[in-house]
Amino acid sequence: MATPAAVPHTHEAGHSASPSGLWSWLTTVDHKRIGILYGLSALAFFVLGGVEGLIIRSQLSVPNNDLVSAPFYNALFTMHGTTMIFLGVMPLSAAFFNYMIPLQIGARDVVFPRLNAFSYWLFLFGAFVLNVPFLIQPFTAGLDPSSTLAPLIRVIPDGGWFGYATLTGKEFSPYLSIDFWVAGLQILGIASMAAGFNFIVTIFNMRAPGMTMLRMPVFTWMTLVVQFLVVLSFPCITVALILLLMDRLFGTHFYIPSAGGDPLLWQHLFWLFGHPEVYILILPAMGIVSEVLPVFSRKPLFGAPFVIFSGITIGLLGFGVWAHHMFTTGLGAAADAAFSVTTMLIAIPTGVKIFNWIFTLWGGQIRLTTSMLFALGFVGMFTMGGLSGIMHSSPPVDLQQQDSYFVVAHFHYVLFGGAIFGLFSGIYYWFPKMSGRFLDETWGKIIFALVLGGFNLTFFPMHFVGAWGMPRRIYTYDEGMGWDQVNLLETIGAFTLAFGVLLFLISFFRSMRNGAKAGANPWDAATLEWITTSPPAVHNFDKTPMVYSDRPVWEKSHGPGPGYSLPEGEEHIHLPPPSIKPLIGAVGVGMFLTSFVALNLSILALGMTALGLALIFYSFYTWFLEPGH
Amino acid sequence: MKPTRASLLLPLVMVVLAACGGDHPMSTFIAHSDLTREINAIYSRIFWWTALLFLLVQGGLIYVVLRFRAKGTETANPEQVHGNIRLELTWTILPIFILMHIAIPTVSLIFKSQAQTTEENAVLVNALGKQWWFAFEYPELGVTTANEMHVPLGTEIEVRLQSDNVIHSFWVPQLMAKRDMVPGRVNHIKFKAEKLGEFYGQCAEYCGDSHALMKFRVVVDTPEDFAKWIASQKAPAETEAATAQAGFQAFQGAGCVACHAINGTTAAAVIGPDLTHVGSRTMIASGILENNEENLKKWIKDPPGVKPGSKMPNLNLSDEQVASLAAYLQTLK
Ligand code: HEC
Ligand SMILES: [Cu+2]
Repeated sequence: MATPAAVPHTHEAGHSASPSGLWSWLTTVDHKRIGILYGLSALAFFVLGGVEGLIIRSQLSVPNNDLVSAPFYNALFTMHGTTMIFLGVMPLSAAFFNYMIPLQIGARDVVFPRLNAFSYWLFLFGAFVLNVPFLIQPFTAGLDPSSTLAPLIRVIPDGGWFGYATLTGKEFSPYLSIDFWVAGLQILGIASMAAGFNFIVTIFNMRAPGMTMLRMPVFTWMTLVVQFLVVLSFPCITVALILLLMDRLFGTHFYIPSAGGDPLLWQHLFWLFGHPEVYILILPAMGIVSEVLPVFSRKPLFGAPFVIFSGITIGLLGFGVWAHHMFTTGLGAAADAAFSVTTMLIAIPTGVKIFNWIFTLWGGQIRLTTSMLFALGFVGMFTMGGLSGIMHSSPPVDLQQQDSYFVVAHFHYVLFGGAIFGLFSGIYYWFPKMSGRFLDETWGKIIFALVLGGFNLTFFPMHFVGAWGMPRRIYTYDEGMGWDQVNLLETIGAFTLAFGVLLFLISFFRSMRNGAKAGANPWDAATLEWITTSPPAVHNFDKTPMVYSDRPVWEKSHGPGPGYSLPEGEEHIHLPPPSIKPLIGAVGVGMFLTSFVALNLSILALGMTALGLALIFYSFYTWFLEPGH
Repeated sequence: MKPTRASLLLPLVMVVLAACGGDHPMSTFIAHSDLTREINAIYSRIFWWTALLFLLVQGGLIYVVLRFRAKGTETANPEQVHGNIRLELTWTILPIFILMHIAIPTVSLIFKSQAQTTEENAVLVNALGKQWWFAFEYPELGVTTANEMHVPLGTEIEVRLQSDNVIHSFWVPQLMAKRDMVPGRVNHIKFKAEKLGEFYGQCAEYCGDSHALMKFRVVVDTPEDFAKWIASQKAPAETEAATAQAGFQAFQGAGCVACHAINGTTAAAVIGPDLTHVGSRTMIASGILENNEENLKKWIKDPPGVKPGSKMPNLNLSDEQVASLAAYLQTLK
């Protein structure tokens, strides 16, 4: 582990042929392959979360609908949120971190390639734990409530993605549904934190010579900020979940007021994680847009240092605003006022970014590629979400908007109109680099129109229906409230949006096989990932570049500076060997945490816990002994 | 700060919205108390700022894209502008003034609305969130009821929000906005109603299976009507008549006494709503069924069928039992 894997080495360069077959994917430590795995998994879960969303919208299309039962609806919105956040947006961002960061900083891999593989497998295991209940519940729902297996009657998580105490306590949720949720999140948290440390060290230590911090691409910068947010905020939810687990398993009462606990403790810990999490979701998209807008206007990013510092400021302030999710809980006037003001402050760096993006376009030669369209869509839609956010930064106003559909509108503008539009932009931008082919641009424009239109048709009316008093998380509503037409409209919008996403998936897999061929730098872009072949060789770069500018590739061809240079002579390339240990380790950790939560249920769980522990020890021990080269 | 002037602008928004169809009995745009009126004043102040910024950004974005779209005939690269410190400082600093314009009334209303009640004749109501209904107690007036809260017009009302189970949120859009009912705490809402009539409320925090069916009503009476209502609620249930005695026997026989109280009888349990004057309510089962004999039968026959997960179990009663219970409950005015 101590030897950074990508340091040029005296060994023979003999790893450049790309191995194939299932085994090579299971044992891969190549950041690009791991990136692809993250990306494909994220797309799959994005579809799953989308289907959940469509069922939700179908249920709400007319008043007093009974398409799904109340408990199943509650499970659906819990899993829709959990899936989109942890299994959709985060791993899709991770796909770009993995694939692009080493390329953008001129490195051959991340600093700890095996740890990177471990993060991915652990993520996949966590995703499995969260979703496997969908397959279990149909068989266990009919169990006798008085049997010892009664906790299995409900296993699909159903406490909301925010899992508020005391509803998640044993008294009100005696089933395993909450335990699956706890285990899944705990596993995902470890995966994210491991990846976070990996990328922080990678970005600090693995940059090509000459690439100072301020010459780093903005996407790399935003990734760095995000990783700090991950490693600082995930411990909060880890602790919160451990306390919840103790309450559930061992009868402690951290969150149970009748015994001196406090349900608000959960909310503080959860939002101390949950608010930075919002920036974990949005900052990567901001980074992508900060790459895409300049490239397709053939200009540098306007005020790049301002944009970067705004990103850092947003990250820092993000730790000081968590209680704005709790304005209705009665924290007292002083706390409400303080958190209101800090929340309003976040509008400033956010506004800076928006204006800097617009001025990046000013005077440029704007090419409306699909990637650019999504980036522009990002700016417009994210602004909407930001503005409605200012409304509920005022606690009195929030007392009307909180937990209404107004808030649902708000955060979908931020997380779909923002994060997902940005990620779509990134997919269209980097697909040629990752596959050597273009995504179809004609399809792309149709897809963009459908997604933009469908998105707005779904979520814009939610502002109204929320202001007209419709609460969130209700499985049905009565007629006569003035909510009917709007809800139907939203459902139509959701299906339009889904149709756009379906076309995207078709286009994506078609172009993968027969899209037009792309060269090394098809967009005339500025950053280092574009100097290598598309797709890049296993070792990324034949020679490590020397960097002289924050836009090395642009300046190399357009001046004024040299941009970057390649060293003389042959470079000895060394790559880490593949390893199955990360996968085994991930299975061990996942198994341990999952069976741990079911300890009370069966002796089998104890055995599984022990087996998980054994796997952990085995894999880590042999992993450390494994030669790094 | 003159909230009234700012709220004059609200109708403009509402006209547009009202065009989109129908009545909105829970609309937050309509304010019928001092509290919600002042909230809306801040809301409309923010609304106009955000509307302005919205037009600025979206307009700017569209303008820039149209104006600087590549024509394909350019011979040189555009000028490589790296930034402009003056401009950037401007849009860093200017928003501070906008935010102050929002923050000042915000902070002042926070403190004002959360201050202790000073009025002598304020009416105190304890609101208790249950799974999935609301209990209301008037500790100073000696009344307990459920799912329908009466308050007098123009008098300060202090609602103390509590829960002994999970978190609920008490939301009456047009009278008191919302606050959570957090187990182990007491939260407060303070307001003065400015209009007579019935107002809708609903639980706004996810609280389990039937969260969607946890509604209630607030009835604003004239002070005289309120006094009458209090007097009638305080009176014990009618127990003398022969029908009442037979009805209560059915009530006892079916096991209802294990959970419900009927003042003036031996039924005194507090697990379910107080039924002393259940016949006087407009709705039953927390605002989801109109209060009539048909619906009472439907409810008593199979509560979880009406309300998923209901804590009132299906007691497998015969149709005759159900009918006589419903008839009896109707008499409890
Ligand atoms: C195990 C406790 C329990 C028993 C036994 C029980 N109830 Fe209930 N009852 C409740 C609860 C809890 C509610 C509130 C349900 C809700 O609205 O979600 C309720 C609600 C009601 C309501 C609606 C009150 C209102 O104002 O909305 C009526 C009427 C009622 N019960 C009648 C009966 C009758 C008649 C019986 C006997 C056949 C009975 N209950 C037995 C617990 C019980
Ligand atoms: Cu509730």
